[in-house]
Amino acid sequence: MGKYLKKSPFWFFAAFLLFTVIATVVAAEEIAPAAACAAAPVAAIDTGDTAWLLTSAALVLMMTPALAFFYGGLVRRKNVLSILMQCFMLMCLITIQWVLFGYSLSFGPDIKGVIGSLAWFGLKDVGLTPNPAYAATVPHQAFMIFQAMFAIITPALILGAFAERMKFSTFCVFSLLWATIVYDPVCHWVWGVGGFLRADGALDFAGGTVVHINAGVAALASALVLGKRQGYPDKISPPHNLPFAVLGAGLLWFGWFGFNGGSALGSGALATNAFVVTHIAAAAAGLTWAMLDWITNSRSTVLGIITGAVGGLVAITPASGFVNAVGAIWIGIGVSVFCYMAVAILKVKFGYDDSLDAFGVHGIGGIWGALATGLWATKAVNPAGANGLFYGNPAQFFIQFKAVIVTAVYSFVVTFVLLKVLTAVMGARASQQDERIGLDLTQHREAGYTVLE
Amino acid sequence: MKYIVAIIQPDRMDEVMAKLEEKQIHLVTVTPVMGRGRQKGISEVYRSHKEAGSLLKKTKLEIAVNDEFVKPAIEAIVGGARTGHVGDGKVFVLDLQECIRISTGEKGGPAIG
Repeated sequence: MGKYLKKSPFWFFAAFLLFTVIATVVAAEEIAPAAACAAAPVAAIDTGDTAWLLTSAALVLMMTPALAFFYGGLVRRKNVLSILMQCFMLMCLITIQWVLFGYSLSFGPDIKGVIGSLAWFGLKDVGLTPNPAYAATVPHQAFMIFQAMFAIITPALILGAFAERMKFSTFCVFSLLWATIVYDPVCHWVWGVGGFLRADGALDFAGGTVVHINAGVAALASALVLGKRQGYPDKISPPHNLPFAVLGAGLLWFGWFGFNGGSALGSGALATNAFVVTHIAAAAAGLTWAMLDWITNSRSTVLGIITGAVGGLVAITPASGFVNAVGAIWIGIGVSVFCYMAVAILKVKFGYDDSLDAFGVHGIGGIWGALATGLWATKAVNPAGANGLFYGNPAQFFIQFKAVIVTAVYSFVVTFVLLKVLTAVMGARASQQDERIGLDLTQHREAGYTVLE
Repeated sequence: MKYIVAIIQPDRMDEVMAKLEEKQIHLVTVTPVMGRGRQKGISEVYRSHKEAGSLLKKTKLEIAVNDEFVKPAIEAIVGGARTGHVGDGKVFVLDLQECIRISTGEKGGPAIG
């Protein structure tokens, strides 16, 4: 037993069990009030809306293993399992974090516009009747589980920046803390009732700010804290399995219909608009990147077209409930131009090792998407939204700009400090030798591919 | 008995196999390998970053032959793999001390064919 006490994963698991016990106690108190609730008039559940939201939640969950294949194909073969493992671990870890306290911190009763309270700890008061403040026609738990999938994929996006060199135990602790002190607060500011960016009128339909800028900027901070991989940039082998990356990108595109379409929280006109413009932006962005490759490298590349398409999906995310088809095409074209410059020029110039371009695609693409929402948003699409600059309301652009700056600064600073602390406490990087051998074998004692049989 | 090792361009493989077939040489072991010679390869581009590509994809053939088949085998490989450019590859001929057919235990020349 003594040797286990020294290991960080042991404490990690012990803390997890303790939280579960507390949650069970808290939830037990709640049974009586739930019966009382039934007598009060409740908003009607719409079966169509609920069906679509639950379907969307499943689609968004699939995006995390899709991302695992997208990223996994891009690393060297000795690290493919480490990527798949990190993504899968987040599906398990963040789910438990979310139902215990993450959802409450994000969407629970507001404290000064900054964070939700712990009143909904262990899903206390999060039942099967609708919560009209968030979604009036679906069970509160449907909204909760849909949001859980967003909380899972956001830290997964970051891992592209520190791929192939992070210690697995530190990764687990980092992800849990990052979800709690970065994702949950930012989610509350933008989407929580009482959140200060929501009160400002910042538009973020499906998570451009909360998910993509947040993760993208955190990715840049982690690339800077962890430093370059050995041999970067000249001695890093090319992607070991581009077909995996294409499979992942294709499934991401598919899942994104749930990500954006589901964010309408219903199955009507708004969901349709989000679905359609999501598809258009991905197509426009993939096409643009292919053309840029053709012009500058004399060949259009597979990695280029899928990177562009994913960039388009990122950029349309905040805008999908507010822009029309024309806006979507411009957003798609713009994102490939900006992300292309970020990965081909900016990264080289500054020399940071954002291994899989998590910042270059999700950070830059997310920032462009949030700002572009302030340009092309129109009330003709969504009366509950706002008009953007091109529809006569320049103020919206500056509201978007503020939300971008606030999120980016907060995410960068907190991620940077958090990783510095973890580096000091438990070490963030795998040992030099482990990194050379590969994370699959050294962190997980497994190999992705066998040589014989 | 000789052991012939040839490094050739992967895209010449079909042609070399056809020529070997013409000379009644059916036994060959093929491996995909990485290597480099004097020529520059096609550098790959990933998100606009050119890979130097210091090692190139090649195909290695290994053929064990009796003495009378040495010349035909070399002719077949050179004939099939030659384009006249640098990078066409090399043929190495090694002395072969022994050969044993596992299924019957035959040794030497009869075991090769």
